[in-house]
Amino acid sequence: MVQFVVRRLLFTGGVLFLISLAIFVVTEVLPGDAAYLVLGKDATSEKLALLRSQMGLDRPPSERYLGWLGGILQGDWGESMILRRPVWPLLQQRLANSARLALLAWPFSVLLGVGLGLAAGLHANRWLDRTISALVLFAVSIPSFVLAVLLILCFSIWLQWLPAASMLAAESDFWSSLRFFILPTLVLTVISSTEVVRIVRLSVIDVMHQDYIRTAKGKGLPAHTLVWHHALRNALLPAISVLALNLAFLLGGVVVVESVFAYPGMGRLLLQAVTQRDLPLLQAVALVSAALFALINLVADLLLFSLNPRLRSL
Amino acid sequence: MQHPVLTPHLPRLRSFLGVVDPVSLFSLAVVTLAVGVALFGEWIAPYHFSAQNLTNSLQPPSWQHLFGTDQFGRDILSRVMVGCRSIVGLATASSLLAVILGGGSGMIAAYWGEMADEVLMRATDLLFCFPSMLLALLIVSALGSEMVYLILCIGVIFAPGIARVVRGVVIDLKTREFLEAARMIGSSDSRILRREILPNLFNWLLVELTLYFGYAILLSSSLGFLGLGVQPPSPDWGAQISEGRDWLVAAPWIVLFPALAISTLVVAVNLLADRWMATLRR
Repeated sequence: MVQFVVRRLLFTGGVLFLISLAIFVVTEVLPGDAAYLVLGKDATSEKLALLRSQMGLDRPPSERYLGWLGGILQGDWGESMILRRPVWPLLQQRLANSARLALLAWPFSVLLGVGLGLAAGLHANRWLDRTISALVLFAVSIPSFVLAVLLILCFSIWLQWLPAASMLAAESDFWSSLRFFILPTLVLTVISSTEVVRIVRLSVIDVMHQDYIRTAKGKGLPAHTLVWHHALRNALLPAISVLALNLAFLLGGVVVVESVFAYPGMGRLLLQAVTQRDLPLLQAVALVSAALFALINLVADLLLFSLNPRLRSL
Repeated sequence: MQHPVLTPHLPRLRSFLGVVDPVSLFSLAVVTLAVGVALFGEWIAPYHFSAQNLTNSLQPPSWQHLFGTDQFGRDILSRVMVGCRSIVGLATASSLLAVILGGGSGMIAAYWGEMADEVLMRATDLLFCFPSMLLALLIVSALGSEMVYLILCIGVIFAPGIARVVRGVVIDLKTREFLEAARMIGSSDSRILRREILPNLFNWLLVELTLYFGYAILLSSSLGFLGLGVQPPSPDWGAQISEGRDWLVAAPWIVLFPALAISTLVVAVNLLADRWMATLRR
């Protein structure tokens, strides 16, 4: 067991290292380096060379990579080239904003996903299952931005019940700005619960065919005890990794939905860094989102491991 | 007489494709229509996709303009028809690339096992650590939004998912008797891969191709929506929806028709994949 945990921790460490390397390499390939971007198109080659040596861009890539990584490990995330501000406070603020949205959407998606998945799995191939599966298929097939724009059209423009963009005033408190969160939360809940429904449905169907369930049925256990005490516990195990991936996505990967609603979160910061070619910002945001993915995955695996006694003999 | 042991369990392609029911017929019709419009849309479109007519802007759907006109008086129907080519072409090419990359590596990993398996599976683990949108944005920002790079980008992003499925199927196939028999009669590895494994994998690859064709449409239209897809002036469904947002109050049809086009196409593709998957699992 200790071996499993140690191996998993080492693997995550390796993944984090490779992620940082991959991000550095990809942003290195970008045409036009930082000095070029600062000076613009009509920079003379002397000026470029001067600025490059000032910014340390003339050093070999390996040295720059170690310098960048070392800086991050010491809490120096560099400065945004466009905004001319340190990256770290900006990241913190945007991550906090994404977390607010995630804290609303994630619990809803857990409830909706597990609830519908359970209902569909217990009524496999009957009308309830068919209806739920059809709904999931539609939800998977409609792009998130189409869903978001249609909801804006419906609730903000035709009915005029809800605001279309999330104008977060710094001083407004949580409850008064809750109206802004309704539409983004709705879209995110829909897109993140589909995979949960699918996996819970499949695993409920699988579990209900197991011998121990047949034994429990044979003993004459009432249906609710059967489902809540015996079936659900095992059926939820495979859903844990999907739920973890969803959380990671909501914290760092919601590029499209945050853009539609003009929500100042991590995803929009990433898009901004890409479209403005703000390299230090792009590296930092990409590193944080990918690291969040790796770490949340690690937590999910360890959780799965502690919840499932069968894995402990590994 | 055929030895039952030696006959691979290969569902016949005809019985696999010929699931004739209303839903599949609808899906096939939609996909055929999309492919037809993608091929010939430029010639059958009633107007030129960028022909502006400012006296005729923001017109609701009518007989002259079935889908209405946008803020420059351009015909929405023509723009949707011409935009079909780039998205269907992009999705076809990138899902094919993903199937070739993912299918090939999954097959190799499962067949040779050990080191090859370990390396390829850890590589897919690493790619899974990047949310697909993050990966797409990184690649597009590094390479640019040309068609070739978009295809490459989406193909690479989807390959690991296919590799995992194919690996599972091949590991299962490796335990079957007909493979044992092929090895007994001295077939080489490449012959076994080509003549025994690939035909059995074919239906799975077809389902994955269909599934990822749908995902590719979603991802590429999202990139288009974010302004990082196929660049103007050629119309793009995602970009059309993004631009139309400014006119939601006055002319919702600018957004509604491309939205309807994307959603219908992806629903149809997913319905097909769903049906075929069910036939395969049976």
